Amino acid sequence: MKYAKLMLAGATAAMVAGGVALAGEWGQYQVEDRRSGYTYMTDETRFIQNDDFENPAMLWVEKGEELWSTVDGKEGKACQSCHQDAAESMKMVGATYPVYAPEIEKLINLEQRINQCRSERMGADEWKWESDELLSMTTYVRHQARGTPMQAKVDGPAKEFFEKGKAFYEERRGQLDMACMHCHQFYPGGQLRANVLSQGQSNGFPTYRLKWQKVGSLHRRFRGCNKQVRAKPFANGSDEYVNLELYLSWRARGLPVETPAVRN
Amino acid sequence: MAKPRVKAPSSVKKGQVFEVKCLVSHKMESGQRKDRKTGEPIPRMIINRFVATFNGKEVFSADWHPAISANPYMAFYMKAEESGDLELTWIDDKGEKITAKKSITVG
Repeated sequence: MKYAKLMLAGATAAMVAGGVALAGEWGQYQVEDRRSGYTYMTDETRFIQNDDFENPAMLWVEKGEELWSTVDGKEGKACQSCHQDAAESMKMVGATYPVYAPEIEKLINLEQRINQCRSERMGADEWKWESDELLSMTTYVRHQARGTPMQAKVDGPAKEFFEKGKAFYEERRGQLDMACMHCHQFYPGGQLRANVLSQGQSNGFPTYRLKWQKVGSLHRRFRGCNKQVRAKPFANGSDEYVNLELYLSWRARGLPVETPAVRN
Repeated sequence: MAKPRVKAPSSVKKGQVFEVKCLVSHKMESGQRKDRKTGEPIPRMIINRFVATFNGKEVFSADWHPAISANPYMAFYMKAEESGDLELTWIDDKGEKITAKKSITVG
């Protein structure tokens, strides 16, 4: 009898283990067949991300937090004046952007929204793309959504732009005549020279890249990828890249926002 | 850019060994890169010395060299016999000092 009970316990344990394997051996970093870039990193790189203290990208988060309450511009306002506590007001932003903006009749991403706020509501100068300020603020805002599953809206008015982003993703470009999908959809886990290819999920951006030795935006990554296939990169914040950003958000649906992630 | 980050217990037992972690923001230019446009070498600009003192007495120091990455992270162990201030100093090639302070109570 006792033996039978043990057997039963064993069987249950096996079933539980089986269930875990189905949900993905990577826990929260895997949803169905979608795997965060985190799962393609070496242990050493993952350890840096796991420890908020060791993660150098937290320097940018801290700077962003400081800027959040810094008054700037002619209106004498800080982000905080309208949005108050970022932990509350910015909770979903990182998981849902880019979104359709009726006033410009196209998509707007986080960097552009921050600059829109600065120029239209704060009367301040727009921050330059990849400047420390814009990176810090973007990282800080997106960090508030850490752990929230990616859930960008791709229906309604955003659908048209989603389709454009998808087309961009599948379109061959550059002298090497390669599309995003040729690496990130067909060969994740394979190698591109010494680099392990990931699925190219966007849930950790802006991310601290060891190669860059600093935090960088998703559009910087796009430009790097485009250059690698010897195509002329588009400008940071161009419509092409913002549409692509929406498609990538949809591709990463369900994966947790990891900002600020650490990648090699 | 940002202030250095320091993590150490604020109170410890007398003689207890504890860990101090710190991270400082610095570009750590190795001196081995060239400017892409002009081809001129970019001069070396790294933190070459790190010193930790407790109540003015040196407890840990390190000489750093060009292979250390940007935004260097450092962790070390120490112990304290009495309450006091832990002072961390990073000195770069220009001679500029970045300092951080943390009070530790021995109870």
